[in-house]
Amino acid sequence: MFFSSRNTSPCFQGFTLVMPAVAVGNVGQLAVDLIVSTLNMSRVGFIHTDCLIPMAGNNPYTTCTEDAEELHTPAEVYTAAEQKLAVLQIRAPIIQAKSKRFRQLLVSWIKASGFSRTIVLSSSHAYQRDDQQLQSAPMRYLFTPSLMKVSEDALKELGWREMEKVPAFPGLTDPSAEPRLYIPGGGITKGLYTDSCAEDIPLAVLLLFCSEGDNIPDAITLVNQLNDWLHLLDRPVSSTGCSKWKIPASWSLLFGSGIPPALF
Amino acid sequence: QMATFFGEVLSVYSRAVEEDEDDLSENEEDEQIRRELEEKSRVVHLHWNPEVSECLKSGDKLQCSDFILAVGHNAARFLSVHALASSHWDVVGHSLLWNERNDSTTAKTAVESACVFHRQKDNPSVWICQVTCYIAEDQLFQWIEKVFDCLQHREMNVTVLSDSSVAEYKAADYLRCSSAPFLRSLHSSAFRGQSVCPSLEQPNIITGLPAAVLNHCEVHRISAVVYQCYSDVVGADSVTMETYKPVLTRLGKSIQLDPSPSTDVLRKFTRTNIQSNLYI
Repeated sequence: MFFSSRNTSPCFQGFTLVMPAVAVGNVGQLAVDLIVSTLNMSRVGFIHTDCLIPMAGNNPYTTCTEDAEELHTPAEVYTAAEQKLAVLQIRAPIIQAKSKRFRQLLVSWIKASGFSRTIVLSSSHAYQRDDQQLQSAPMRYLFTPSLMKVSEDALKELGWREMEKVPAFPGLTDPSAEPRLYIPGGGITKGLYTDSCAEDIPLAVLLLFCSEGDNIPDAITLVNQLNDWLHLLDRPVSSTGCSKWKIPASWSLLFGSGIPPALF
Repeated sequence: QMATFFGEVLSVYSRAVEEDEDDLSENEEDEQIRRELEEKSRVVHLHWNPEVSECLKSGDKLQCSDFILAVGHNAARFLSVHALASSHWDVVGHSLLWNERNDSTTAKTAVESACVFHRQKDNPSVWICQVTCYIAEDQLFQWIEKVFDCLQHREMNVTVLSDSSVAEYKAADYLRCSSAPFLRSLHSSAFRGQSVCPSLEQPNIITGLPAAVLNHCEVHRISAVVYQCYSDVVGADSVTMETYKPVLTRLGKSIQLDPSPSTDVLRKFTRTNIQSNLYI
């Protein structure tokens, strides 16, 4: 479960938690990387659990040789205290048989930590959209009732589209079948949302329809949308049109090592 | 799982994630029973010799100042040659587990198991564990918890020697790979020593048992260092084994390791026909 990486345990009371769902194209995880790296957030602890596949590496956000040698683990919590922002980054896949337990563990940690709201950055298979979902921009939101109560005005201003419910049996007109929430490729997104509705947790899901490939543009799109709401950066795009989100060192060589010179 | 063109079986994760199958609630009970049975079959068992089990039964933890784990055939053979060939070691236990690629549950003795614990005779707080079997991703955490739960954490130093393929190593400069085999290290924040090789560069990561050890040691503030050997040879060979040699100097302070074992010992543990393989 949560282990502090410092001598005192951090206080999350009133903080906003941003976390990814391990989903198609890793869009949520990439977006979270951009936030941690750009805001220079500091690590305060780990989520240590048997639900995630073990991995380890040096500092993914290294900027100089001094901070390069710092061990990083599958799930870590970062904070930016001035902004009252906490971020959970998940770097490993969830063990399939344990995904339900991982969800329950997150829900109880979120409740115990006293976050004022939780925002899950996620994605869903673009090819599985139905006709209504094909229209308009690919970003969708889901708000739990308890978050809707306090954020309704902000939401109206943002002008986002809510994730549509799809017919349970497409093509059949069975009046008794209720349309259902369907997030293919979204991992624990749907479960986390329905659990949070049941437990009265203020939680939002921001998700992007995407396909696997180079998902960096998707991550930037998603984090820019989030920025419209949270105002993490004043102007995420500079006057010259460059994005101000800082790409971390761990994104290098995404498509493998250098090319053997003997090829030429 | 997937077989490659060359026939190796790899476990592959799609970056696309399957949706939770919670909707199938009609069969929830069946599902639950099936899952419990499956979990039961994947339990890791530790077997200790009578002296050690007696100690654990009385509620004590085992003294451990140095815990050296060798993961993979080259690492395990390196320790066999440089340490265990001398008669200063006792076999004290082994672990048994079942998964798709490994069935050690029928092994009755430590000799048959691919995961053996040794303890130094003169200094019983020095441990060596050789792991040459495959531990599945869902069993790694459990294995680490069970093993470390037996050991006294205070003042413990963990060293992991781990085999890896150079194909898993990413570098912008291709030429650097031609120097395989080579070592890279990764250590927990409680580690205070000097590493004998360069630190693992971003964006490289490690997985498997060495990563599970580091995860455990980082959160429990135990000093641990992993030496990952990237080799271009499939299987055990003496050149790759030699790569671990600089680690001897660091371990030498606490353990007597033989820096130049006799050729008889070497011959016993290494293959003679070394072939570099272009396709890994």
